[in-house]
Amino acid sequence: MAKRRKIYLDYAATTPVDPGVTRAMLPYFSKKFGNAASLYSFGQEAKQALEKSRERVSNLMGAKPNEIIFTSSATESNNLALKGVALARRSLGGGGFANHIIISSIEHPCIMESAKWLESQGFEITRLPVDKYGLVDPKDVERAIKKGTILVSIIHASNETGTIQPIEEMGKICRRSGVYFHTDAVQSFGKIPIDVNKMNIDLLSASSHKMYGPKGVACLFIREGTKIEPILHGGGQESGLRSSTVNVPGIVGFAQACKITQKEMKKENKRLTKLRDKLIKGVLQKIEGAHLNGHPRKRLPNNANFWFEFVEGESMVIQLDLLGIAVSTGSACSSVKLEPSHVLLAIGLKREQAHGSLRLTLGRWTTEKEINYVLKVLPGIIKNLRKISPFKGGKHE
Amino acid sequence: MNKIGSYTKKVIKHFQKPHNYGRMKNPDGVGKVGNPICGDVMWLYIKVEKDKKGREVIKDIKFETFGCVAAIATSSVITDLAKEKTLEEATKIDREEIVKSLGGLPPIKVHCSILAAGALAEAIYDYLSKNKRKIPKKLQEKHQQIEKEKKEIKKKYKEWIEIEEKMHKK
Repeated sequence: MAKRRKIYLDYAATTPVDPGVTRAMLPYFSKKFGNAASLYSFGQEAKQALEKSRERVSNLMGAKPNEIIFTSSATESNNLALKGVALARRSLGGGGFANHIIISSIEHPCIMESAKWLESQGFEITRLPVDKYGLVDPKDVERAIKKGTILVSIIHASNETGTIQPIEEMGKICRRSGVYFHTDAVQSFGKIPIDVNKMNIDLLSASSHKMYGPKGVACLFIREGTKIEPILHGGGQESGLRSSTVNVPGIVGFAQACKITQKEMKKENKRLTKLRDKLIKGVLQKIEGAHLNGHPRKRLPNNANFWFEFVEGESMVIQLDLLGIAVSTGSACSSVKLEPSHVLLAIGLKREQAHGSLRLTLGRWTTEKEINYVLKVLPGIIKNLRKISPFKGGKHE
Repeated sequence: MNKIGSYTKKVIKHFQKPHNYGRMKNPDGVGKVGNPICGDVMWLYIKVEKDKKGREVIKDIKFETFGCVAAIATSSVITDLAKEKTLEEATKIDREEIVKSLGGLPPIKVHCSILAAGALAEAIYDYLSKNKRKIPKKLQEKHQQIEKEKKEIKKKYKEWIEIEEKMHKK
């Protein structure tokens, strides 16, 4: 078999670990393996690495080190944020008054499902709509807040469309109303600047493996003084909020990833934005019936998401895969539930439109040559699939 | 490498180079089906001729499919299975035969093979009813089921279908 070209354009799904990150982690597996909770020097060595890592991660969002709790995944962070605050505030409310939570309709499934579970436990959930770009109107947040609202949780940048929310404004509204503001920043942290103080954020979730760190590590920023209950009980690690032996090598890797990105973010943003715009412009120009999903400017520098008329997403993904290009789709045919992406439906796409969606996300190792190759092969793939499709918009050869 | 994603090599082969795709001019029978759950749409056309023994045989068959890898592969393979078969034989082609001839399908994609079998049954039904012939009971039952699903699909793809139906009439 000829050597297959390999072009990875699914950095929003996960990223390869940066070699510098791997190097930083290695000593903490077998040499400096101590349990950070132990008193003797093995433990203290690990403890030191843990605290230094906490500082680095907190630095990248303008937080204090003691406001960072390490977890195992963004899903865990988001579960802790929603359930932890819900449980803590409910006990304050007394008599079930403080039980209202506001989220958007384009959250990641771990927020959607946590909210649904809380609903089943007697909490009231408001799901805010979005406009055609996937933007939540801060005024809607303001209008939805009422007596008994305890938390607003809005995703910072959409994992699907890449649209970036005006969270600074939402944060301000929440602060004014005395409501906690959480944001799921998994896709944006490490890619665009975040300042939890300037943006009035009380809780923020971020994940290591989306920014060239290892999988299995994430964090939750919890502003000092925020009332929150743990969901894991045990030895009382992480200030009692997340019992479990801490994953020192993973956390060291996460911190190193933060250090690298802090240094490179500005330059890398510029580079990726240029490549992304070339990709978007090229696709819209070269392919008839191609449409951009998400906001044209207010979007992550690495995200391009389209829908194509008359073709289906999984078919495109597999055709591209056969050419060595890895991308993703929000089509029903790729999901276990056979339902198209709730995010694409929320921005107003019809089912058949969401059916033909394709997400390409760029990253640290994406080159212009790779973008050129995609632009070269994608029009042909879509043309061929349209030849097979019964729908051609009335255009027949 | 025996599989690409969760698909067998045979599925991928049919998907990459589907057999007998495209629109047929003046077909003797057309089967239009859709899956209301996942949204796939399949149109299948047949030409029927009598063989030397006077039996009606599917002489030519073509399909058009809007759907995933499995939908396209099952469409392609059913045209192979049905070509040169008598109408009676073709009516017996079922989902098991389709899945088997593709070397298997991922469990979540088995519904695509039901869609393909339905498209063929509908095309034969269309031919028989156009020619005012007696329609076997099994085919009638299938047709009623498919009609129900078709209403759902028509709602979903109203605009796209209207454009193509106009083209059919030209």
